[in-house]
Amino acid sequence: MSLLSVDKLDARHGLLQAVREVSFSLAEGEILALVGANGAGKTTLLRSISGAHRITSGTVSFDGTDVTPVRANKRVKMGIALVPEGRRLFGGMTVEENLEVAGRTGRPGQWNKKTVLDAFPVLRENLKRRSGDLSGGQQQATSIGRALMTNPRVLLLDEVSLGLSPVAVNMVYDSLQTVIASGATIVLVEQDLARALRIASRVACMLEGRIVLEGKASDLTREQVTEAYFGLRRPDAGRAAS
Amino acid sequence: MTGAITVRRWTTSSIVAMTTIGLLLIVLAFGPTFLGPSLTDRMTTLFIYVILAAMWNALAGYGGLVSVGQQAFFGLGAYAAIKLSHAGIEVYVALFLAPLLIGVLSLPLSTFALRLRGGEFAIGMWVFAELMHLLVNLDGLVQGETGTSLIAINDFTPDARRDYNYWLALAVMTALVAAVFFLLRSRTGAAIQSIRDNEEAAASIGVRVMATKRLIFVLAATGCAAAGALTLSTLISFQPKTYFSVQWTAYMIFMTLVGGLGTFEGPIIGAIIFFIVETVFGGSGVWYLIGLGASALIFSLFFPRGIWGTLTDRFGIALMPVGYRLNFAKDNRPADATTAA
Amino acid sequence: MMWFDQILQGVFLGGYYALLACGLSFMFGVLRIVNLAHGSIAVLAAYLVWSIADLTHISPFIALAIALPIMAIAGWLLQRTVLERSLRSGSLTPLLSTFGLAVVIDNSLFQKFGADTHSLDIGDLAYNSWNLTPDITIGQLALLTLVVAVALLGGLQLFLNRTPLGRAIRATAEDPDTAELVGIDSRAVYAAAAAIAVATVGIAGTFLAMRATFDPYTGATQLIFAFEAVVIGGTGSLWGTLIGGIVLGVAQNIGSQINPQGFLIAGHAVFFIVLAARFFLAGRDPRTLLRALRRAPA
Repeated sequence: MSLLSVDKLDARHGLLQAVREVSFSLAEGEILALVGANGAGKTTLLRSISGAHRITSGTVSFDGTDVTPVRANKRVKMGIALVPEGRRLFGGMTVEENLEVAGRTGRPGQWNKKTVLDAFPVLRENLKRRSGDLSGGQQQATSIGRALMTNPRVLLLDEVSLGLSPVAVNMVYDSLQTVIASGATIVLVEQDLARALRIASRVACMLEGRIVLEGKASDLTREQVTEAYFGLRRPDAGRAAS
Repeated sequence: MTGAITVRRWTTSSIVAMTTIGLLLIVLAFGPTFLGPSLTDRMTTLFIYVILAAMWNALAGYGGLVSVGQQAFFGLGAYAAIKLSHAGIEVYVALFLAPLLIGVLSLPLSTFALRLRGGEFAIGMWVFAELMHLLVNLDGLVQGETGTSLIAINDFTPDARRDYNYWLALAVMTALVAAVFFLLRSRTGAAIQSIRDNEEAAASIGVRVMATKRLIFVLAATGCAAAGALTLSTLISFQPKTYFSVQWTAYMIFMTLVGGLGTFEGPIIGAIIFFIVETVFGGSGVWYLIGLGASALIFSLFFPRGIWGTLTDRFGIALMPVGYRLNFAKDNRPADATTAA
Repeated sequence: MMWFDQILQGVFLGGYYALLACGLSFMFGVLRIVNLAHGSIAVLAAYLVWSIADLTHISPFIALAIALPIMAIAGWLLQRTVLERSLRSGSLTPLLSTFGLAVVIDNSLFQKFGADTHSLDIGDLAYNSWNLTPDITIGQLALLTLVVAVALLGGLQLFLNRTPLGRAIRATAEDPDTAELVGIDSRAVYAAAAAIAVATVGIAGTFLAMRATFDPYTGATQLIFAFEAVVIGGTGSLWGTLIGGIVLGVAQNIGSQINPQGFLIAGHAVFFIVLAARFFLAGRDPRTLLRALRRAPA
């Protein structure tokens, strides 16, 4: 039984077709790495799933319910949380306030201020600081922590390593391990192919709005993914056996 | 590549429209000979309304600047005419020079005013109008709200006055509307409308946003000042409270919103509609004003493109050749083909 | 000593302006809308409270208590019907629609109540005062207005900082899209903010009716004073609105000593001077400017 499924999704960016007929489904506990070059449509796809972007056709289903007409904030209350590209913190508010403002969805679950701080210890000494003043890594931790405060069933992570130093990326992924260990279902957009393949159970590669390769991370080789990434494989050249 | 796309500025309908307007202007020029005294007066008022609508539309529709203070220039135009005439300048020369003088003075004002955005600009201009009103009141010649009048114009007989006012109004209206027309057809023309839509994008493609806004600001100031001077020539009396009233902006907003904000023909249609509405309902007192406000509210929310804009969008007509029409070869029509302006 | 008294009265006047400008500032800070109907709504509130008090012969403060929820609902309605649509349409639309609304409100009030001026009957409160010295008097109403203004601004600030709704409002004001992504219903938040803003205008309108006479067309000047107070104090800060109101009130009172028209002229002049100073200082640190001035050759 899939927790999240997307069926023939079409989304535009102005006149540009950013997502073309994308379909996939995700079972509970799976970790899907979504890779692809810049402009492939990954961010638009995530935003469409979370309700932040209007789709032109297709459906998004969550836990058996069609959530396509549902507003973004309602989807959060149902259990879909997005960590947006670029963090998008409420810069004028403190770290603590960023966490608190997201903690009002009333969803049951293990995540609260204490457990989020346990997973992201770097936030402990920065709780009262203005989130706009933090470093990239600290902001990313805040952003993920903020999404966790909504106790999501599906966590969508958009380029969490973007603009961060290697040390910060390591810190973020270390903390993510704690999240994964708790049994979260995750869609992870990541430029770092190696890291993505290490952490994910499934991989999907996007090119020009379409999914051109999909399969279990263990079944796919680096070369296959790289070829798909750069479009060296034709979309209809077959999907890897899964 | 697939079939050719040709760009045209003139279409058959626009050629017909331009010719008709040319003929209309010629007919109007002979107005006083066949219109009769009261109609001549009414037409003069209509010309003034067209000026006001065209100017406010240039500011808001093309410059993206909503000003709730254009009555400042309206009042200053009349005031300048009074001062010039009092200083001994021939009255119709004074009426002609006054707006130009105000236009020149608006240039330094623009460096200040154009730094304001959105609501700040809107009310900021209103504060400016209030301040000008107060300062004009201090002038001994004006004597506060008692006011004064354009005494020198009484040297002319009422008939002569009426005809000269008419011709002056017609000439000024034609000149100002033509100015907007040529502005839209110029190199910055097509880009002007992009300023309203998205200033940053406009600047990024090389539109000289500030220079264009300044030009529009000065033009609108001159035009509103001209309207004020012309109104003075018809009313003769000058009471600051009348000329600096925010009511004038309310009229301008009504005309532009109902006619079609950001279109060329819209303000003209709006002025005609306002003229008719005022003729029919003007005496109904407060309900008339409520109706004006409600119309502005409803149009801004539900018909933002106004009557003309909605018609253009629905039927794709454009009378005046101020835009570009893209003609696609049959096999090259994109999914959503749109024509500019 | 007369000057000191004038300045003191200016401070109290500033208290009223701060009260008046509070709603305008709040609405701009959260919804990014300059509500051109702000002054008219204040006058509407004044008429509402006056009508209730006149009809039932109860104290104006109780009338205000009755009017407050009405004003809050009016604010909620305003947001859901007019402002929400306007925001979607584009940046010009809120100005145009609120202007149209102002015209409708002003003239509807005239239609209903006529041109007569009115004022709230508050009995002795209107002229009771304390004499600090023979030259300096502190009016009870004036002091009350200032106290209410400070309390309201402080209360709002506390509300924004300490309550969940306040935090949600701050988040939505900063980034409505991301607010949705953390589960906040931005539409409901905006409506709540509008309700709060208009409720404060209700308080301001009551004090307007208590301190002065009002007529259907008083709204225009109230809007201008409120706007000037907000700009002088610096948009984006509630306490700034208090400072702005006080500066405006003091300037106006000093101006009135010079010339009968000076009251208004001084206010407008200070407004433009502050604007000019802001432009001049934009991007420049005032301290480096001072240092440069000190180093300049005599």
